[in-house]
Amino acid sequence: MSYAQKPGVFDELLGRGGVPREHWRPLLGELDSLGAAELSHRAESANRIILEQGITYNVYGDSRGRERPWQLDPIPFVLDAAEWAKLGKALTQRAVLINRVLADCYGPQNLLRSAWLPPALLFAQPEFLRAAHGIRPPGGIHLHFYAADVARSPDGRWWVLNDRTQIPTGSGYALANRLVSSRVLPEAFRDCRVQRVAGYFRQVQTTLASLCSRRTDEPRVVMLTPGPYNETYFEQAYLARYLGYTLVEGQDLTVRDERVFLKTLSGLEPVDVILRRLDDDFCDPLELRSDSTLGIPGLVEAVRAGNVAVANALGTGLLESPAFMSFLPGLCRHVLGESLLMPSVATWWCGQKPAEAYVIANLQRLELRPAFRSHRGYSRPASDSKDIREQIRFAPHLWTAQERVPLSTTPSWNGSRLFPQPTTLRVYLIATPDGGYTVMPGGLARIGAESGAQFVTMQGGGASKDTWVLSDGPVEESTLINPAGGGVELRRVGNNLPSRLADNYFWLGRYAERADATGRLLRSALLRFNPESAGSEAPFIAPLLDTLESQGQMPDGRGTTADELEAVLLAAVYDPENPGSLRGLADKSEELAMLVRDRTSNDVWRALSGFNECVSSSPEGPEPLPSDAIIGINRLLLQIASFYGLSRENMTRAQGWRFLDMGQRIERALYLATFLSRALSSEKADNPSVLEAVLEVADCTITYRSRYSLLPNLAAVYDLVLLDDTNPRSLLFQLLQLVKHFDRLPREKQSALPTEAQKLLISSLASVRLLDPRELSARDANWHMGQTARVLREITQNMPKLSDAIAASYFAHSSISRAG
Amino acid sequence: MNYAITHRTTYEYSAPVTSSFHAARFEPLTTAGQKCLEFSIHVFPAPAVRKSCADYFGNLISFFSIQEMHKKLEVIARSRVSVEQMTVPQLPTSAPWEDVAARFRDPISPADVKPYEFCLNSPLLMANPAFADYARASFPAGTPALVGARDLTRRIFRDFKYDSRATTVATPLDEVWKKRAGVCQDFAHLAIAALRSLGIPARYVSGYLRTLPPVGKPRLVGADASHAWFAVYCPQHGWMDFDPTNDLLVGSDHITVAVGRDFSDVSPLSGILTGGGEHEVFVAVDVAPVD
Repeated sequence: MSYAQKPGVFDELLGRGGVPREHWRPLLGELDSLGAAELSHRAESANRIILEQGITYNVYGDSRGRERPWQLDPIPFVLDAAEWAKLGKALTQRAVLINRVLADCYGPQNLLRSAWLPPALLFAQPEFLRAAHGIRPPGGIHLHFYAADVARSPDGRWWVLNDRTQIPTGSGYALANRLVSSRVLPEAFRDCRVQRVAGYFRQVQTTLASLCSRRTDEPRVVMLTPGPYNETYFEQAYLARYLGYTLVEGQDLTVRDERVFLKTLSGLEPVDVILRRLDDDFCDPLELRSDSTLGIPGLVEAVRAGNVAVANALGTGLLESPAFMSFLPGLCRHVLGESLLMPSVATWWCGQKPAEAYVIANLQRLELRPAFRSHRGYSRPASDSKDIREQIRFAPHLWTAQERVPLSTTPSWNGSRLFPQPTTLRVYLIATPDGGYTVMPGGLARIGAESGAQFVTMQGGGASKDTWVLSDGPVEESTLINPAGGGVELRRVGNNLPSRLADNYFWLGRYAERADATGRLLRSALLRFNPESAGSEAPFIAPLLDTLESQGQMPDGRGTTADELEAVLLAAVYDPENPGSLRGLADKSEELAMLVRDRTSNDVWRALSGFNECVSSSPEGPEPLPSDAIIGINRLLLQIASFYGLSRENMTRAQGWRFLDMGQRIERALYLATFLSRALSSEKADNPSVLEAVLEVADCTITYRSRYSLLPNLAAVYDLVLLDDTNPRSLLFQLLQLVKHFDRLPREKQSALPTEAQKLLISSLASVRLLDPRELSARDANWHMGQTARVLREITQNMPKLSDAIAASYFAHSSISRAG
Repeated sequence: MNYAITHRTTYEYSAPVTSSFHAARFEPLTTAGQKCLEFSIHVFPAPAVRKSCADYFGNLISFFSIQEMHKKLEVIARSRVSVEQMTVPQLPTSAPWEDVAARFRDPISPADVKPYEFCLNSPLLMANPAFADYARASFPAGTPALVGARDLTRRIFRDFKYDSRATTVATPLDEVWKKRAGVCQDFAHLAIAALRSLGIPARYVSGYLRTLPPVGKPRLVGADASHAWFAVYCPQHGWMDFDPTNDLLVGSDHITVAVGRDFSDVSPLSGILTGGGEHEVFVAVDVAPVD
């Protein structure tokens, strides 16, 4: 396979004289035997796996379609064992050093007094959290997770470009990349003896468990997320599922008596360790950033009391400032008594006079960076002067400058051939309880930057690579699911469900069913709608349209001419701006599915994320016709059915499933009652065309035909869709299911009297049970005056109230406000 | 001089608060010039947890959280403080301001590390060239630092109008600067930002003024609520306090409660609530001399 390196930079694949380096040969051999055509095919297959697994990345500032599929180059970055060992040793030293520096900054601050660290690096940084000063974390470990962005310069040496000490992101993407690359290049993966990354994640579990201060065999670790709009939300959900931790938002946790608890359906459960993916200053609005709505008030007090551990500890973001880099060699000698093994990219902090003068004189060839992360304008360059030199002179300590490093290149696939791409590598380390660090053998390689620019970001649209670290010996096979040795306590009930997740499941059920009901109503309307018949069908589709109108799928005053009506019907299917349209409902379902992502299987996720594709019209394509809409709805209904099927067959009957099903039942009862009530209001309620629509919407046509060999009859049809408890689409069936669910719900207070929700359900069930649809046959008009219509109206009022009552007793997590 | 101080804060909420977390800084500091003899804090409804500790700057914080539903919160802090009658310092004996500023440029000597923290930007205050220009008028070349600070105090008193409707606790300094009006918090902030823009350490002080003046003296502005002023650090003199709201060198009529980089470090009562809706707050402070 042909490949030409760029002049003047280090190429990872080709060594002196253009000869491939030893450790690349096994992979290169495999690539050669695959050939370009097969490799293209494998690259496509990698993209397919990424789409199927839903591996995504959120791009800020893009509210619609903000999820971007993860970009993975199929050719891994290969490193040999000896080189990796050196890299690992150097980064371990750096992590140990950084942890010691953090311990000093948040403790005695001797380094400031002994002049090893200029005080401004601490005092002028927004990342220095004064509220965290004086807190000694368990085992003296501040920096549990550490990552370094490293790159290789033309002379073959490795340099650190960035230290990641706040929230080192990307280890989950590295794991996902491994999953994809090992499936796309299975032969090469096996033959290269690639070191496995699972051991790193096992160490994560061990380390976090060791931070627990309670005496318990099962410490509760949660992962604190800023929420689904965060750029790496996918990764958070993915890691939480992989590591077996509950993914929580700030509002899921509460502090009582200086202890942190998770709000679950059955009450408060203690939390021992918080793996935080939320920036530390957002973690507690009481003592840290008061404008944070994502944190947990009182958390710092709980940490101070030693009742909960946070990883990374609060305040670790401090060492992310590039200004520290120029002091690390001195600190390393002073603190560890060793020389720093891996240099940082040359960095000048302008807070010192000679550095300031050097930077001003060499501005052209240096990369100027703010010394500290800015927020709330805290360390915003203080002068408005256009001249950057003026700005530096006024507040020099706010600036750093770095040399530009030409990055080494790795072979990457551009669709038809290999070509060299500048590459950086992020390496992950996890602290061990004895004060050392374990390095993940692998990491996240990133490509796609201009040569010379050292900051490859995924926000900027770069791509990633898996990193294969070759092994000298046999490869250890391990997964997280079967820890070697040790008994496991068998359980039939999973960890208790956070109230917020129950809430999301409930609404997912409601929206999925709303999409289903709306799809059926629209399909029946579209099938009966015929522009040629000039409105003569109108009375027969009126109940369908009335129902859609009353539930917000269509605007009031739906137009009188056939053309207007057609436009309204198509909008009810495709309009992305109308939250009630099928498209809107599909989007909403997907959004809710995202919120329970860490709790759902990939299959269920795939079924759900396919909803909106069925009812999307492309802006460039031709205007969809009613016949296209019918096809789209058919596909959507199948997709929903597969979601129902998967959730019913594959989800354990735990609380999540129960709330999902309750939402679905309430919504189905509501739509059915609304539609039947509209049908009975019609003068044509006993017309076979209207009755057929009823059977169609309730999906009972075949059942009806098998039971009655006659044209639809009013009483028989209503009996089937209302009272037949063997019919899973009948109203009675929904209510009976709800009663079953209620019997199994955890109750916060065991009370002798029924709750508000139970009262609503009992009275609805009694009314439906007492119905006799034969009363409808006795009338020849004014069906809406009868008992059946009265009960249907009662149900349409009771279902929303039931939903509210459930929300009030189980999902109470009202918003946080602030005073003073 | 001994004082009995009562500081009552009442919050009334338009909707019930289901739970709340608060941090309160009401306990007066014990410093070289004053001693806190007694302190107590009463909270209604009674809090579930209460705990006190010193914060990063040595101020005393009380944390409490209320886990019962309430529509009204009342916090009453009572203290007895003795304040020493200070001899008026000789401001002209302080070092030239350029020498003070030079000490606080890198590298910083170990003895100056602590005050150096008050030379740098803080959450609410940023040095900027406009503030530096304003300050410079009080600091011609060779001016003793404390003489300059006293002059700056007088100029802020003259150039800025005291107007409690002009600003709120959340008004940024830029706006105070444009409006040329504000309250004690704003004047203290302005002085601090101006001094820091010249490289001189300055900090924020919150506290109280005696409510009724001694016979024959005017009643001071800011006596019916928490008061705020600023302090300047000068190597031989340590921290010296100035009150730009009343154009005074701070003496025995001022009682210090807390110090910090700016208001955000010393906020008397902050809280995070669940529920609550809109709220109204009432503050009453009484500072009476006792024997």
